[in-house]
Amino acid sequence: MEKENKKIKKAFKAAFPKTIPILTGFIFLGMAYGIYMNAFGFNFLYPMFMSLIIFGGSTQFVTVGLLMGTFDPVNAFVLTLMINARHLFYGISMLEKYRVPGIKRFFLIFGMCDETFSVNYAANIPEDIDKGWFMFFVTLLNYIYWALGSTLGGIFGGLVEFNTKGLEFVMTAMFVVIFTEQWLKEDNHSSFIIGLLVSVVCLVIFGSGNFIIPTMVLILLTLTLLRTILMKAGELK
Amino acid sequence: MTMTIPQHIIIILVVTASTMLTRFLPFILFPADKPTPEYVRYLGKVLPPAVLGMLVVYCLKDVNISTGSHGIPELIAIIVVVLLHLWKRQTLLSIIAGTLVYMLQVQFLF
Repeated sequence: MEKENKKIKKAFKAAFPKTIPILTGFIFLGMAYGIYMNAFGFNFLYPMFMSLIIFGGSTQFVTVGLLMGTFDPVNAFVLTLMINARHLFYGISMLEKYRVPGIKRFFLIFGMCDETFSVNYAANIPEDIDKGWFMFFVTLLNYIYWALGSTLGGIFGGLVEFNTKGLEFVMTAMFVVIFTEQWLKEDNHSSFIIGLLVSVVCLVIFGSGNFIIPTMVLILLTLTLLRTILMKAGELK
Repeated sequence: MTMTIPQHIIIILVVTASTMLTRFLPFILFPADKPTPEYVRYLGKVLPPAVLGMLVVYCLKDVNISTGSHGIPELIAIIVVVLLHLWKRQTLLSIIAGTLVYMLQVQFLF
């Protein structure tokens, strides 16, 4: 028991620093979301519970619009599916890493948002640290930051006056750093380039609202067609 | 607000179910106790770098090159992040510096 406690504490100490950029980003974005809902007359319980059960930034912003339109659950279902389709790719990427025992696995999958996925995917977890607990704490902390931010925003709504213009860039900066770090770590860069190129081309063609699905299809197609070449090039170790 | 509270609850639950479906589906289709097909394992290895590229573009999707600040603050901040990271390789330092550079630009320059 004593040993188990030590293991958990150690994993927490390793996980927390990795989540600091997300602490900043999620408190800020979460508050922005809470304030947004507050401005439309929603009680703070709305952003709080939505963050606790949905836990997805862009989805929750879109849901505010759905709640103010006409009652259409089918449309809500399909729209959410489209926005969140990228999670399918995260899942496929994490099939191996998320093989951890018990209820932890369930929570890891439940809490797999963009930020948690990138941190857990890219983290260099030292040998002496329990991987399951490490990823669990990254997921849990990010979850708490987001729920806390949106609840505070929902409660204090219009009271807050701040000049934090541009702070949302912390998320972009984090993804750029993770991208750069992974680029340095891997020898073959074709998949990085495919991802960037296909996304930019689709963004230009389909526009910011509709480009994710075509991008995913095209990435899948390209990687499938290049399978023999990429495997020869040593992408697969 | 035109919808009733029970209708709100239904919409929120539908959105939750749909979101969770996208998160759980790969793990349901390819359970841990069964061998994953070769092709899916291949995807699991080559997808992440492409997904990271997609995420970076996703963050920048609403930047308009033809109007406003023409995406210059974003471009400069990203260059700062990448160069600083190549030089020092300190994750937090790169993120903080890039964010500050961006904030200073949008608050005082553009």
